[in-house]
Amino acid sequence: MRPNALRGSILALALAALPMAARAQAPLAAEGCLGCHGPDGRGVTGAGAINGRDRAELIAIMLAFRANERPGTIMGRIARGYTEAEIAAVAEHFSRIR
Amino acid sequence: MTMILSRRAILAAGALLAAPTPLRAQGAMRLLVIGGGFGGASAASFARRSYPDVQVTLVEPQRAFVTCPYGNLLLGGERQISQITHSYDGLRARGVTLVHDRAAGIDAAAKTVRLAGGQTLAYDRLILSPGIALRWGAIEGYDQAAADVMPHAWIPADGAQTLLLRRQLEAMPDGGVVGLAIPGNPFRCPPGPYERISMIAHYLKRHKPRSKIIALDAKEGFSKQGLFQDGWRALYGDMIEWVPGNRDGKVVKIDVAERVLETEFGTRHKVDVANVIPPQSAAALAAETGLVNDSGWVPVNTRTFEARAAQGIHVIGDANIPGPMPKSGYVANTTAKQAVASAVALHRGQTPPEAVYFNTCYSHVGENYGISVVGIFRPNADGTAITEVPNSGGVSPRGDLPEQRRAEAIYADAWYDSITRSMFG
Repeated sequence: MRPNALRGSILALALAALPMAARAQAPLAAEGCLGCHGPDGRGVTGAGAINGRDRAELIAIMLAFRANERPGTIMGRIARGYTEAEIAAVAEHFSRIR
Repeated sequence: MTMILSRRAILAAGALLAAPTPLRAQGAMRLLVIGGGFGGASAASFARRSYPDVQVTLVEPQRAFVTCPYGNLLLGGERQISQITHSYDGLRARGVTLVHDRAAGIDAAAKTVRLAGGQTLAYDRLILSPGIALRWGAIEGYDQAAADVMPHAWIPADGAQTLLLRRQLEAMPDGGVVGLAIPGNPFRCPPGPYERISMIAHYLKRHKPRSKIIALDAKEGFSKQGLFQDGWRALYGDMIEWVPGNRDGKVVKIDVAERVLETEFGTRHKVDVANVIPPQSAAALAAETGLVNDSGWVPVNTRTFEARAAQGIHVIGDANIPGPMPKSGYVANTTAKQAVASAVALHRGQTPPEAVYFNTCYSHVGENYGISVVGIFRPNADGTAITEVPNSGGVSPRGDLPEQRRAEAIYADAWYDSITRSMFG
């Protein structure tokens, strides 16, 4: 019983810590965003926050920038450089940061 | 602290759930970073954020870092030196061990670095971000003493060169001539000289409107050229004259006493204030370590940024030659992260991550007038070269677009704030 209980508590601990682990192992594609949108994508004056937003919404925004369907000054030029898989990974990453 | 505890919890959980792993037997990986500029500070900060179990030491002689970016705004009177000076306290608080000394020699075989103060540091992997050296003498008459009269203001160091150029602009009479000598490619910050021309014009227009700027360029074209020239005409009329290399723009000789910039075909331009940006190479430490090739820059692996000439030394920042990527602060920042991730993976016997590199470079042309260039780059399939992703990136649209220019001036400030926080926070 005891090893199982221990294992269970460790699993719970590991799961509770997962968002942090995800942050620590951010996809490198997401690191490119931080140079303008600030640490953890929390935004600075002039560059909006991209953290904590719905994953699907973030993907939709990036795909719209990529297709020139969303007005933007530079994000279209940026979004067209990333693959759909990278956009999904980046969106997943920032959606987890609250 | 929370992140470190959580990370430890994960490691502990992993160790107990799987077969026992001798996690501690190897000891913590020692990552040594040389140079605390855009490359090195980004590397040290990223390493602490992403790999709390790695020991990070940063060797940097200076106690604070003055950025090249936004130095031109200081010349334009839009920033003070304190606003572009950053302390290393944030990195120290993050757990980086700071050693304020100069790296005097690298032994790649023994994996040690000798410091000028006598100490020797051992490493498992080295991130080398030494920056550039100015090629004194490449322009006849332009040596270190000449720079005290005609500043380069291209390696800020403690800010003295940038401040000297600013003081000279302030002391110049209305109606004076400011001369710039601009080098051929490659050099640090390709749009930098042209932003500098813009910001000097911005200052002169307000305070000395009868003055002129003559920019003597070794090249026949430059980064964001159309956008810059559109802005110059719109904002500064005929104040700026840009002379390309094919119209005798290449400065080959300097007469400090007479304040003359002399070009290839013997034209002598007498100026009141001179800014000489000389040809450059990788910093001396890279050359002394045997890492540079005939170009004077360091060839690197396109994925890991390991120097082609030495295993275990990852060279980032302006000292390397990363294919089509410009020598910019953002490229130094993005490649620092790839280099650190690769260094850690290789130390652990793992495969380095897939690479995607990113650059956004803003230039201020005038008040509420910003322009940009974006680039997304990847190694090609066999890793022999880095290429720009087709149909991506590029420069701001041309035309009369005041809202776009205004937005990009604001984004430029956001960029500066964000990237310096990511380096030093």
